[in-house]
Amino acid sequence: MKRWFQSKSINTPSPVGAVLSYLALGFWALLILFPLYWLVVTSFKISSQVAEGPFYIPFVDFQPSLDAWKYILVGDLSNDTIRNFSNTLIVAPTSALIALVLGTTAAYALVRFEYRPRVGAIWTFIGCMALTIVTISLGVSWQVALVVSVTVFFILLQTIGRRFKRALGNNDIAFWMISQRMLPPVAVVIPIYILFQRLHLLDTYAALIITYVTSNLPIVIWLMRDYINNIPIELEECASIDGASRYRIFWSIVLPLAVPGLVATFLFVLVFTWNEYLLALFLSSAKVQTLPLTIVAQNATRGPQWWNMSVLILIMIVPVIVIAIILERYITRGLLIGAVKG
Amino acid sequence: MNTNPQGPTQIGLGLEPHSYKIMKTQTEEPQPFRLHSVISTFADRMAGSVFILPTVLALLFLSIFPLIASLYVSLAKFDIAPGGFKLTFVGLDNYKKLFEGSEGIHFLGKFAPSTPLTWVVFGVVVIALAIFMARYLLNVRVSISGLMGRVLLSLGLGLITWMLVYTLWNEGRLGTASTTLVYVFVGIFFQFILGLSLAMLTVQRLPGRRFFRVIFLLPMMITPVGIAYMFRMLTDTSKGPFTPIWQAMGLSDFSWVNNAWGARTAILIGDVWQWTPFMFIVLVAALESQPVEPIEAATVDGANSWQIFQHITWPAILPVSMTLILIRLIEAFKIVDLPNVMTNGGPGTATQSLTYHAFINWRALNIGGSAAVAYMLLFLVTFFAMIFVNLIRQRTVETL
Repeated sequence: MKRWFQSKSINTPSPVGAVLSYLALGFWALLILFPLYWLVVTSFKISSQVAEGPFYIPFVDFQPSLDAWKYILVGDLSNDTIRNFSNTLIVAPTSALIALVLGTTAAYALVRFEYRPRVGAIWTFIGCMALTIVTISLGVSWQVALVVSVTVFFILLQTIGRRFKRALGNNDIAFWMISQRMLPPVAVVIPIYILFQRLHLLDTYAALIITYVTSNLPIVIWLMRDYINNIPIELEECASIDGASRYRIFWSIVLPLAVPGLVATFLFVLVFTWNEYLLALFLSSAKVQTLPLTIVAQNATRGPQWWNMSVLILIMIVPVIVIAIILERYITRGLLIGAVKG
Repeated sequence: MNTNPQGPTQIGLGLEPHSYKIMKTQTEEPQPFRLHSVISTFADRMAGSVFILPTVLALLFLSIFPLIASLYVSLAKFDIAPGGFKLTFVGLDNYKKLFEGSEGIHFLGKFAPSTPLTWVVFGVVVIALAIFMARYLLNVRVSISGLMGRVLLSLGLGLITWMLVYTLWNEGRLGTASTTLVYVFVGIFFQFILGLSLAMLTVQRLPGRRFFRVIFLLPMMITPVGIAYMFRMLTDTSKGPFTPIWQAMGLSDFSWVNNAWGARTAILIGDVWQWTPFMFIVLVAALESQPVEPIEAATVDGANSWQIFQHITWPAILPVSMTLILIRLIEAFKIVDLPNVMTNGGPGTATQSLTYHAFINWRALNIGGSAAVAYMLLFLVTFFAMIFVNLIRQRTVETL
């Protein structure tokens, strides 16, 4: 009797535990899958079938039709769909990758180096920003104003800035970085629009990628900071004694050991950029529109076109699922096993 | 332990590393001059700046300008003018509007007359805050910044409690600020608990666990707007899949649009469904990258699974958990798609979040008012994030 409750090894549950685990997992899986099933079913309906009430099982309850799929993939909307789909395919992975690279290096730096940004330097910087804005609003061209204030900034930094002794620490830098995500997109979208308009970058991949990279950097940094913190410092010390440079330590020791974290973080940022709606709405007009815009466009004057929406949502999930399945096996236990032994 | 190999900072920007945490035990011997080694030593010294500067510059480039620009807009009146738009500086008018009249009810909520219950709840919180302050003042080490921080914290928490107790019961009505707080805290609580339990279950060596993991990730993959439309389909009481259930419960005429808490619950369910995977996947990665040796040792010593969780697993995943909660805290305050699509903010303004409030003002071309709401949201998020970082995160992570 007792062996029903006894687990054979760590992480292998007892038979009773396994049954209970499966019940819980199955229940949640059902909660996840049912809404998706409803999407699939809806995508095969025509408008009258949606309007008349719930029909659950194709062929039994109702006659499925491929109208919506045809409309989206080969019919009237196919050009839009394919263009927006390929745009999303270009923008999302690129920005996720850039954000991952920049963010991981910064996270490593915040864990292993100590920075002391001086309060004086920061105030000087803010002062020079204010100076730039005032001069621009007084009618000076922005190029001149920028050059002048950058020069003033460095002169002040060398002279007055050195006198301030108070300094902040790494945690303050990290908090400043995450605070960049606190303002809701609704508030920042117009300034960003004007910024890219001035740079003549509206409706280009560059605008979307730059925005997505910077808006996701804080998340990468915060997640990777914790993963890197878990890597034993002894390994890096050994490599340092053997004469490895810091770049080499980062590249050959830290990165391989942080793979589970890197994969999880990459997945996230990919998903965030893949699904982003509001910024894309403003920064793209025709050429570089992404798929979420197509979905919302289905809520037209005739009311939401549920069947078309379902099709679009479904084809939008597919690539991300494929990537998730490929990457999932990297999130495996045991990469650190034995690393610190001896 | 200052193992600073490169001396004091050079240009005073503060982004050169002050010290490097890995100890260089090897003494660097003077070497004959070789260009190659000079370059590589220089590159090595610059490593700290090279690692962090690109990120800092990228963030400065795209965050400072919008931040300042929207601050200015929040202090101005926006008008369409020939050939573009016109901003007239109006000072704090946009903010003042948020605290009085109909906009005040929209933002803060409708205050009900006080009852014994509200007095008791509010009193308890005030007394708790007073005890918190008193304990700090009786402390030996009282610093000005510490005192300021605590005064601000007590004032802020006191005001928020006051707003919540007077709008939550009786004839009171929640404003967008309180509704957002409800979404944030209730949502995060369930997301974390569910995410952690599911992560614990799927790191067990069960056949098929990879299948479950991929399934559990699915909601995160769907675009938030898509999820919002999907839940609008699901919660439809006459055409949605649960119609027979509603009818059996005698709720066939019921609509989410009629009941404030029903509508909020529907939105919270959508939110939890959507964001539990985020907690789940990060916690899985954290659990997986945990060293096995301590657990093996504890099992040999006869610890049961609860003890292992409490003393080994939980401390190991605590830092990641705190980060996760902080990130979700910041993100959850910006909830907008679900209320916008599912209920259009209704009934009345019951399900509107702050971002949605800003969005409505913005759609009505009241850009200044919209920016003011956004800035109030920013204050609120900063307040809670500061509390979280300074009091909870540091305390829990540092006591390890």
